[in-house]
Amino acid sequence: MTQKSSHPSRVNDFVIKIGTVNGTGSASANTLLMKALFRMGIPVTGKNLFPSNIQGLPTWYEIRASRDGYNARTGRVDVMVAMNAQTYEQDLAEVSPGGYLIYDSSWPRDGQLARDDVQLIGIPLADMVNRHFTPARVRILMKNIAYVGALCALMNIDRDVVRALIEETFAAKKKLIEPNMQAIALGHDYARKHFDCPLPVRAEAMNGTDDHILIDGNQAAALGCLYAGATVGAWYPITPSTSLMDAFESLCKRYRIDPDTEEKRYCVIQAEDELAAAGMVIGANWAGARAFTPTSGPGISLMGEFIGFAYYTEIPAVFFDVQRVGPSTGMPTRTQQCDLMAAAYCSHGDTRHPVLLPADPRECFELSVAAFDLADRLQTPVFVLSDLDIGMNDWMVPKLSWDDDYRPDRGKVLSADELEQLNAFHRFDDTDGDGIPYRTLPGSHRKGAYFVRGSGHNRFGGYTEDAEQYQEVVDRLLNKWETARERVPQPIRTDSGHHTNIGIIAFGSSHGAVTEALAQLADRGIHANYLRLRAFPFGNDVQAFLDEHATVFVVEQNRDGQLRALLKLETHTDPGKLVSILHYNGLPLPSNAVSERIRDHVRKEAVA
Amino acid sequence: MSFITKPKVQWSGQRRNPLGLTIRDYEGGMSTLCAGCGHDSVTAALVQAFWELAIKPEQVIKMSGIGCSSKTPAYFLNGAHGFNSVHGRMPSVATGALAAQRDLIAVGISGDGDSLSIGMGQFAHAVRRNINLLYIIENNGVYGLTKGQFSASADPGSKSKAGIENRQQAIDPVATAISLGGSFAARSFSGDKAQLVPLIKAGLAHPGCAVLDVISPCVTFNDHEGSTKSYAWTREHHESVNSPDLVEPADAIEASYDEGQELPVKLHDDSVIRFRKLESDYDPGDRARALEYLERHRAEGKVVTGLLYFDPNQPEFHQLSGTALQPLRDIDFERLNPGADGLEQMQKKMR
Repeated sequence: MTQKSSHPSRVNDFVIKIGTVNGTGSASANTLLMKALFRMGIPVTGKNLFPSNIQGLPTWYEIRASRDGYNARTGRVDVMVAMNAQTYEQDLAEVSPGGYLIYDSSWPRDGQLARDDVQLIGIPLADMVNRHFTPARVRILMKNIAYVGALCALMNIDRDVVRALIEETFAAKKKLIEPNMQAIALGHDYARKHFDCPLPVRAEAMNGTDDHILIDGNQAAALGCLYAGATVGAWYPITPSTSLMDAFESLCKRYRIDPDTEEKRYCVIQAEDELAAAGMVIGANWAGARAFTPTSGPGISLMGEFIGFAYYTEIPAVFFDVQRVGPSTGMPTRTQQCDLMAAAYCSHGDTRHPVLLPADPRECFELSVAAFDLADRLQTPVFVLSDLDIGMNDWMVPKLSWDDDYRPDRGKVLSADELEQLNAFHRFDDTDGDGIPYRTLPGSHRKGAYFVRGSGHNRFGGYTEDAEQYQEVVDRLLNKWETARERVPQPIRTDSGHHTNIGIIAFGSSHGAVTEALAQLADRGIHANYLRLRAFPFGNDVQAFLDEHATVFVVEQNRDGQLRALLKLETHTDPGKLVSILHYNGLPLPSNAVSERIRDHVRKEAVA
Repeated sequence: MSFITKPKVQWSGQRRNPLGLTIRDYEGGMSTLCAGCGHDSVTAALVQAFWELAIKPEQVIKMSGIGCSSKTPAYFLNGAHGFNSVHGRMPSVATGALAAQRDLIAVGISGDGDSLSIGMGQFAHAVRRNINLLYIIENNGVYGLTKGQFSASADPGSKSKAGIENRQQAIDPVATAISLGGSFAARSFSGDKAQLVPLIKAGLAHPGCAVLDVISPCVTFNDHEGSTKSYAWTREHHESVNSPDLVEPADAIEASYDEGQELPVKLHDDSVIRFRKLESDYDPGDRARALEYLERHRAEGKVVTGLLYFDPNQPEFHQLSGTALQPLRDIDFERLNPGADGLEQMQKKMR
């Protein structure tokens, strides 16, 4: 284990894992628990490990409290709340030595299922709530609240904070406040009476969450769409991207409905499939709105034809890919970074697309806005590549900020007046030499009329099968790609402060694990510089970083090392120095998986 | 899509519409379709209809998919934006464009391959959403660009040029549109300009998805003996249920309509096209009976034409969605963005 996790005190540094049956309403209890820790000023993250199912299957929620602000999984479980008899054995096995397991002691447990190095804490939750509450549905819900109560006593979680949260939650249904508080008291009082509270693994109020919020990436991306001025969203429901459009729509209902006329200043279309969603987004952008679609890997596969079309016809469009486990249907409720290649080179023919790589919900917000500006500026499809871990889990991030001076960069769009002044308009003429031509919007001016075609066209926009005219246009698209390279968000470099020839490259949701792994490695005397990529295409900074380091660990969450492959293809580097650190079992990347494997590699190299 | 620039010939004395534009102003590039192709007649009818309606070309968007029919938007209305999308996907692009700019006048040109096979889903959902689109299917029962395979509209028993008999059932876009709850379904024949031009005008005027199936023979691959989409067969078997008359705007207010015998369709300029009943038992407002009539005549080998179903009161896509009347793309950014204060407020609930 790493330095941090062998620390004797586990105050404000622990992982609580709760195993329940899905569909039993445990999500609200788990959120309550996490928010209580957050309000106590303790940095937290919550990861929902759930099945592709509505009711009856095992589901887990992992809360990590970290006084140092780390947000990755750790490979540890300090306190397991085993509410699901079906997974009891597995849950017990997962507890770290010296940890605790809380179970519902309403029914006798098999004496075999115990461990010498884990303390079992039995609380008769079902008995208590059954005696106290009717009907059945309420009992099920209150059992969850009761384990939160027990944890309050066992882990020193502030009950006043919990009460305040419950009061806020039920502000509109006040009569539910007291029953919830009673359930808290049931768990709390029993634990207090029967166990030595608090445990060494516990919470203490601190000041680690000022100016931070708890938010998931899909909500943040939806905010980005709202703030960027997107008015058209087309989509086909698919996990884990669905909540992005749900969030956008509810934001629009709040902020974009005229109070007098009830007119909507937005249009959300649930398409018949992802192909249609892509077509709608392309049509809307062509006609001058900012439009986007959220989807996941299978949707990107279906949209591929249209994405290539938009690339060649130079129509802006924003595609959110909230990645899930592939290939094929894969594991729809589990996370991976497996669509990097699919996004970067999506569609047949020579196509390449800017791909933005947010690492957390805050960046989902910021890079969503950037994606619309880039799409309009570059007149091309732009991907925002998030994943289930970022998109659907609750992250603690610094508060989002907004500059009221921001205005959308709509790129090179000729107005009716400008067209009036022109002698002639040619859609694909690169008059500025940056590879980006001017476009016009339908309905503006007769002089701006042109014909969008996915078939071969020349720089005037006319159909062509002429070898030179065809090539002139696709070569010019390469110039545009060079412009894109300068304009996409640049990587962020973190140097170790030591002389080192070890580098780490990662992107997206691997960032949290890498950040913690860097500290774990430094504790062992291994220092590495770190480059976090925020976009494809890669700029000069990426090449420079590769050149400077003898060994570069490429950390990513897929089987085939897609980022490593992309670095090989898109930079001039010796592939031999790129060492893959891969994680692809569908669970979010734990920090120890990164640090231990890098350590092993460095050790082996030293021996060799 | 290939096209040749057409020299624009203007001469004095040419008739001008109220915008001062001649019919030449509504033309496009030279067609590169086979000589005698039905699609060229549809193109000519479109030029005529747009000119007569005095629609500004730049207000129009010409949408299409892939195939012979989908090439034709290059052959009319040079002053309009055109969009030749991917195969079978014209409706989704049109839906998006209209979502962004609801005031555009959209005409989609598709074919039986483009709409009844690869694009069946998008065809169905454009009808279901009732987007404000004149959706023309140039229907010839055959894949022309890939040299003569049967399409999904080929009738069972009809023969290919090579003499092979089609044994699969045919999809009728009109019956399909009606059964999908479409608000406007019509059929015409590329060889009947007198009927086709008013139907195009009525379809453009209709506030919703107007499906216009035009039997448009393929002279190269499906105009032989044994075809049921040939000129000869269609001339012989098409049977019109109603016949259009135009009532000029000045007279339209005064005109009285014989309810039950006539179906008035109001155009943009307040003129009215009056579809007179030819068949006494045909009621284009009755969905079930329209379907029954089509089915009965299909069984008799008849090609029923005319305005076959019409419901002007069915809410169009934006009415269903409650979208602002001002086109979304024109709304000021300030009215779309809740600002820094709004963000600050929202985040109070995220703690």
